[in-house]
Amino acid sequence: MTKHFFARQHLNQLFNVLMDSGYQVVGPTVKDGAIVFTELARVEQLPWGWQEVAKPGHYHLTPSRKNLCFAWNTGPQALKPWLFKPEQPLWQAEQTEQGLCFRQAPAKVTPIAVVGLRGCDLAALKLQDQHFIHGPYPDPYYQAQREQLFIIAVNCAQSAETCFCVSTGDGPAATHSFDLLLDELEDGYLIGVGSEQGQAVFQQLTLGQQATIDQLDIAQQQLADASQQQRHMPDEHSLLKLTENLEHPQWQDVADRCLACGNCTLVCPTCFCSKQESTSDIKLQQAEQVRLWDSCFSEQHGYIAGKLFRPEIRHRYRQWLLHKLANWQQQYGRSGCVGCGRCISWCPVGIDLVAEAQTLLEGSPHESAHR
Amino acid sequence: MNQPIASFVPLTATLMDKHQESPGIFTLHLALNTSTPFNFSFGQFNMLYLFGVGEVAISIMGWQNNLLLHTIRAVGRVTQPLVKLKPGDQLGLRGPFGCGWPLEHIKGKDIVFITAGLGCAPVVAAINHSVENRQHYGRIVILQGVKHHNDLLWQTQYDHWQNTGNCQVLLAASEEYKHRYQWRLGMVTELLDFAEFDAKHCAVLMCGPEIMMLAALKQLAKHQVTDDAVYLSLERNFQCGQASCGHCQLGPFFVCKDGPVFHYPTVKPWFGLSGI
Amino acid sequence: MPPSKLAIAIHKLTSCSGCQLALLNQGIGLLDLLEQVEIKHFIEAGINHFTAEVDIAFVEGSVSTSEDLERVQHIRQRSKLVVSIGACATSGGIQALRNLSDENWLQAVYAKPEFVSSLQHSTGIAEHIKVDFELWGCPITVSQLNHFIQQLLLGSKPKPSGEKLCMDCKRQQQVCVLVTQQAPCLGPVVRTGCGAICPTFGRACYGCFGPSEQPNCDSLANRFAGLGLMPIEIAQRFAAIHSHSPPFKDQYQRWQTIHVREVE
Repeated sequence: MTKHFFARQHLNQLFNVLMDSGYQVVGPTVKDGAIVFTELARVEQLPWGWQEVAKPGHYHLTPSRKNLCFAWNTGPQALKPWLFKPEQPLWQAEQTEQGLCFRQAPAKVTPIAVVGLRGCDLAALKLQDQHFIHGPYPDPYYQAQREQLFIIAVNCAQSAETCFCVSTGDGPAATHSFDLLLDELEDGYLIGVGSEQGQAVFQQLTLGQQATIDQLDIAQQQLADASQQQRHMPDEHSLLKLTENLEHPQWQDVADRCLACGNCTLVCPTCFCSKQESTSDIKLQQAEQVRLWDSCFSEQHGYIAGKLFRPEIRHRYRQWLLHKLANWQQQYGRSGCVGCGRCISWCPVGIDLVAEAQTLLEGSPHESAHR
Repeated sequence: MNQPIASFVPLTATLMDKHQESPGIFTLHLALNTSTPFNFSFGQFNMLYLFGVGEVAISIMGWQNNLLLHTIRAVGRVTQPLVKLKPGDQLGLRGPFGCGWPLEHIKGKDIVFITAGLGCAPVVAAINHSVENRQHYGRIVILQGVKHHNDLLWQTQYDHWQNTGNCQVLLAASEEYKHRYQWRLGMVTELLDFAEFDAKHCAVLMCGPEIMMLAALKQLAKHQVTDDAVYLSLERNFQCGQASCGHCQLGPFFVCKDGPVFHYPTVKPWFGLSGI
Repeated sequence: MPPSKLAIAIHKLTSCSGCQLALLNQGIGLLDLLEQVEIKHFIEAGINHFTAEVDIAFVEGSVSTSEDLERVQHIRQRSKLVVSIGACATSGGIQALRNLSDENWLQAVYAKPEFVSSLQHSTGIAEHIKVDFELWGCPITVSQLNHFIQQLLLGSKPKPSGEKLCMDCKRQQQVCVLVTQQAPCLGPVVRTGCGAICPTFGRACYGCFGPSEQPNCDSLANRFAGLGLMPIEIAQRFAAIHSHSPPFKDQYQRWQTIHVREVE
């Protein structure tokens, strides 16, 4: 990929071109002590000079050594809530003179350009596309917004302690699904084009000059630095063996700590569970069906006719981990984990998915789970 | 798999007739507000929506006089008010979803139906179909287990299947012995010893509590029936019907899409495990 | 449309009267509601007919005095459905803190304690009579109450939901205060319903809506200890609005007996 360089003070030109092209710019900013993706009006709102310290059950921001705006890796959310909305009305029912009528809730869609997505986020996007668009029943809301999405990805120049995208093969470089790609250097940015739409935006930027070999070297070195990660998820082939360890005592060990609060699943960029709620007005004339984010940690997740299929927390942790790391491979051709580490830092009690998976694969007592 | 007539937004259905099968169990006869033919396979299910209350997954019982039949047991927060609807009342319907019984594929073979408990609607629909198309199948054996003979929902059908359908009907009550010709005391799985069918050329269609199906599988193996001959219908929490919401997962399967009727060898590694 | 209106009564035992306001606080919505229900007894709104027979009795307040006990039994006899509303009625409320104490606070607080007659414990009403449905919260919300009435009018009941507050908090995209501020947030063991008000303002949840489904309080309390809370602080965290509910009471008892001495 050919890369061009532009100086830091010209970043706002990218914003302007995007906005002039009709996009609402969405990107990272500092809010409530975290990197949060929100609508941005100015480049000044980017998290200049901040990086995160992420550990199991812990996340805080700290000033970075340099005044960069992409010196962090992840926040609690990135792209998922913009496509798979936490609360999505599906349809309304109305009692009319002609009888009971149904109408689909309209998809509220605006063209958005998301700045600052990482390799892990793009891998997650690809998985969510598979689930929501390429299945037998494409989701109209996800699909409508997905078609109006412009992506400006960023190569990671560092890794947080919780990152393990190298071991899942999803980072630190962003290699697919973007329209434009940035490398953040000390004095500016390298920019590369990943799509026709990206090319159209790129051509409107007046500041492009081809990157020098030195600049490309620095970008390469940054990626090499980011590749130095502490955590390593076992490879996919090994993860399949998790399904042979259904009665491992570690499931109970983790259940003693697990709050079954669902935080891991809701910050996970690939988790897709939802539930439906029905409401009506008090006059019983208009009713609505709404879809809400759900979690396999909720007691009602496996409920049917007075029976809970996964009654205990150990069953639900097992469902989450087996699905994410092993069964996902059969469903979608790869593990559902992209190595972003969000479930580790945003677990209130600091349960470490990677450490649990490793323990579960060690010296597994092979017992039958049959009743 | 038949494509749904309404997958995402419900279609209006009007209750034309309601028939009580037994205390708490009703068959609803529904007229669909569409000119598109409603194609389905037995074993598939619909999501029925009661205004403002919610949706519930109900397996399809049949199609009669241009009306869709659903047999519903009033047990939950949706089904209890649902069966109280009166003719002329309306509800919503999405479906049909999932995979049904392989009734075409097993033509020419003996069929053994095994059900237990109260919720055996998916298999009853398949029995009705095979009896109506009696010439396509070999011997038909129907094994039904209940706790108490009063729990038997389909008494009239059992007599009909036995007398006019040329089927062998074997019934068992686990907690009560009634001196009637067809009753036996004990578990439904023990009835297999009395069933007359060709183990080498049969299909077994099962539906009921998983613990019963596990016991039946053991009995079937004793009778030289291979796993390959067995199909079973599973129940899970179905909310979307579209393999999207994630609730119905069983190992790598979305039961709403890959099931609810499974060829047993497919689902075997995950079937009958506790807490899965 | 139901043939006749639902007859309802709103009763109050020992409480602050805040939950009853969920009926009055809905503004214009009250007019629509009154097309569906007929209020037979509701002292806060000036309708006093305690002995009226009703379809639903909403009962606010805990059983804290012998008079409360007598009243709640009468209410049960005259009502088809009894619905407890609020923390007091569901788990004894703030006043149940006295259940945890051996000390004679009455003497310390009141000049003439002999005029105060109350039961030894403040308890939720389900400990005394059969309760058909519980609306948790301190206070309950308008939408909770209306959803219940609306489901009843439709012949059903609301879905049982003991969902954890974290779920609602995350749906709203709030940043976790426990993880970023090490704040002792009870969200992972408390049920949804409030709209995650406290975390929205950067504060830790203190449990107005009571214990959630399967609350792993042991693990959360251990985490609080790891964050540096003293045992007595952890005990007090759980002994607030729902101190009489078993999972929170267990934690109070577990931590309040641990004494910490400074190392010299």
